[in-house]
Amino acid sequence: MHVVVFTKSTPDTAAKVEVDANGNVTWGDSPLVVNPWDEYAAEEALQLKEKQGANTTVIAVGPEMDNDALKHCVAMGIQEAVRVWDDALEGSDSLGQAKALAAAIKKMGDVDMIITGKEAVDVNSDAVILQAARFLGWPVLSFVAKIVEIDPATGAIKVERLVEEGRETVSAKLPAVVTVVKEINEPRYPSFIGIRKAAKLKIPVWSRAESGRARSEVEAGAAKTKVLEKFPPPPREGEVEIIPSDDVEEAARILAEKLIEEKVV
Amino acid sequence: MDFSLSEEHLMVQRMVREFAQKEISPTIREYDRKHQMHPLALPRMAELGILGICIPVRYGGQGFDYLTLALVCEELERVDTSLRVIMSVHVGLNSLALLQWGTEEQKQRFLVPQAKGERYAAYALTEPGAGSDAAAIRTTARREGDVYVLNGEKMWISLANHAHNFLIIAVTDPDARPRYRGFSAFIVQREMKGVTTGDIKGKLGVRAGSTGWISLQDVEVPVENRLGEEGEGFYIAMSCLDNGRYTVAAGATGLIRACLEESVAYANERHTFGRPLADHQLIKQKIAQMSLWYDTARLLVWRAGWLKNQGIRNTRETSMAKWYATEMSVRAALEAVQIHGAYGYSDEYNVERYLRNSKGATIYEGTSEIQQLILAGYALGQRRDKPLRCELPAYDPESWRSEARADSG
Ligand SMILES: Cc1cc2nc3c(=O)[nH]c(=O)nc-3n(C[C@H](O)[C@H](O)[C@H](O)COP(=O)(O)OP(=O)(O)OC[C@H]3O[C@@H](n4cnc5c(N)ncnc54)[C@H](O)[C@@H]3O)c2cc1C
Repeated sequence: MHVVVFTKSTPDTAAKVEVDANGNVTWGDSPLVVNPWDEYAAEEALQLKEKQGANTTVIAVGPEMDNDALKHCVAMGIQEAVRVWDDALEGSDSLGQAKALAAAIKKMGDVDMIITGKEAVDVNSDAVILQAARFLGWPVLSFVAKIVEIDPATGAIKVERLVEEGRETVSAKLPAVVTVVKEINEPRYPSFIGIRKAAKLKIPVWSRAESGRARSEVEAGAAKTKVLEKFPPPPREGEVEIIPSDDVEEAARILAEKLIEEKVV
Repeated sequence: MDFSLSEEHLMVQRMVREFAQKEISPTIREYDRKHQMHPLALPRMAELGILGICIPVRYGGQGFDYLTLALVCEELERVDTSLRVIMSVHVGLNSLALLQWGTEEQKQRFLVPQAKGERYAAYALTEPGAGSDAAAIRTTARREGDVYVLNGEKMWISLANHAHNFLIIAVTDPDARPRYRGFSAFIVQREMKGVTTGDIKGKLGVRAGSTGWISLQDVEVPVENRLGEEGEGFYIAMSCLDNGRYTVAAGATGLIRACLEESVAYANERHTFGRPLADHQLIKQKIAQMSLWYDTARLLVWRAGWLKNQGIRNTRETSMAKWYATEMSVRAALEAVQIHGAYGYSDEYNVERYLRNSKGATIYEGTSEIQQLILAGYALGQRRDKPLRCELPAYDPESWRSEARADSG
């Protein structure tokens, strides 16, 4: 089995993200980290490696800054890393990136599963992975909280998905795309031996041409999304009220009354 | 000149930071209050490989350089001093001494399990009647055939109640003059008959750290457990301090950073006279000073680390880093409490713990006064380093990472 983790680098969640005078999104000199959701995906891939002998690769479609995320996954124990990039992809949208990703997966040839976090924490979107699944023609199992079983004989995968009402158990045929939520596991830290390997690793860069896509298909001009404006979200406003009571029941009664009064319930 | 950290340094730094923040930070206050070691500290640091960070791979370690050791200490003490103290005694004062002075056989027997974190290690020089004046120790080691018989009491020993292996300095030749030429160093194991230990209670700080006493009563220590030659004990003890002080200095740098980061957060959040504290000039001054102390301490530590990596003697530079960083960590903690006002005076915030924890480091591993005597000694030409029979080996990435044993090739 070959499991590929799809990832990217994002600003640290503690970073102060702003829109600068030129309308670009910036996060100062705050360090880049692996997209936090993808750590769960990498952990799951590693468990498949340990339990089922899966081969593991981590891939990113993006500029050099994505090496941070790739190296983090290698330091956790993922065996190989690949970055897909060339200047044609500069300014591309999720569609262009999805095409490049799908092409790279096809080039690998033997991939049984792409696993990734439920979204990228910087853009709060999972569009790339869903579009890539479509190009590949693979089913998507999203918001997975548990991989129940993988039957290597039939190539079936059974998972529990986190849905609004609770959990849902679904099955699909591999190859498939799996996106995970944080309930699925507790990601490990990079190990020191992994750090030694990752730090000296030269990550191969596959250009769009290598993975068989024409410039016109992926470049910014092919983008179907138009960004009209970037602006910081308005600061959240809210009021905090602490119910002053030492008695829990009394406090609960006051809270219930207030909730009814404010028409919350 | 290059002040940048390598990718590897940054990755280790991030990993240790994450461990300390995630597993220790949320509950450390509780254990500090109870005067208990954090139950995850030793076992997790062992499991993750932190206890062998700068020991060659062939001796069970992780094969990183001496600068990495400093970065790790900074991250650990950023969260709590007790974590860094573990590094100071287990790695700085003990394991590195085995690397420096041990025979190949001793390295295999003692260093390998220590670097892997299977055995914990401590260092015992101080006695009830001998601290700064280490030449006044009374613990004796009498040779009887194939063993030495040790008698005496060691006091103020970090990890006394937790360590498996102790590096004990004792008098083998009471007639030697000067006295310190008659000392030798021994690796004493907890399971040896006649070894008892206990904790010291009522400390001002490092309450989540274990500090205790060791009593030695007719303890028979095999000759193979003597580190170095007879009469080398004092030189070994002092060389240990070159490494221990380095970790203390690096840790104190982390403590300054803790004070700075938490003061910055508080100064931005707390308002007085209609403005955030951060807008008052007198508060700005404190913040500016803390950042100066942090950078200066860090630069002094990194210089010492660079010298260690090169294999150049650094007693002077390490002493300077230790004196400066620890004294400034006390000042930073005082200012941090001041910035936090009454809240800083309560254990609801971390800064009161930082203040209590900071003070110890101006006392252990050579008080600030002793560091001043050392530095003045160098400046006045009264003190000069003599080459040691065994120097701390320079860092060599290739040999540090090779799996092969030194004697097999
Ligand atoms: C938390 C903690 C952990 C410790 N861990 C260890 C450990 O793991 N292993 C170990 O061996 N020891 C350890 N120690 C002991 C420590 O190293 C000694 O306390 C230290 O060396 C000082 O010795 P002392 O306490 O006997 O003070 P003293 O030597 O009695 O000194 C008292 C005061 O006099 C000053 N003074 C002494 N001589 C001079 C002089 N010539 N000129 C000017 N001033 C002078 C000192 O600076 C100090 O201010 C630890 C201590 C503490 C507090």
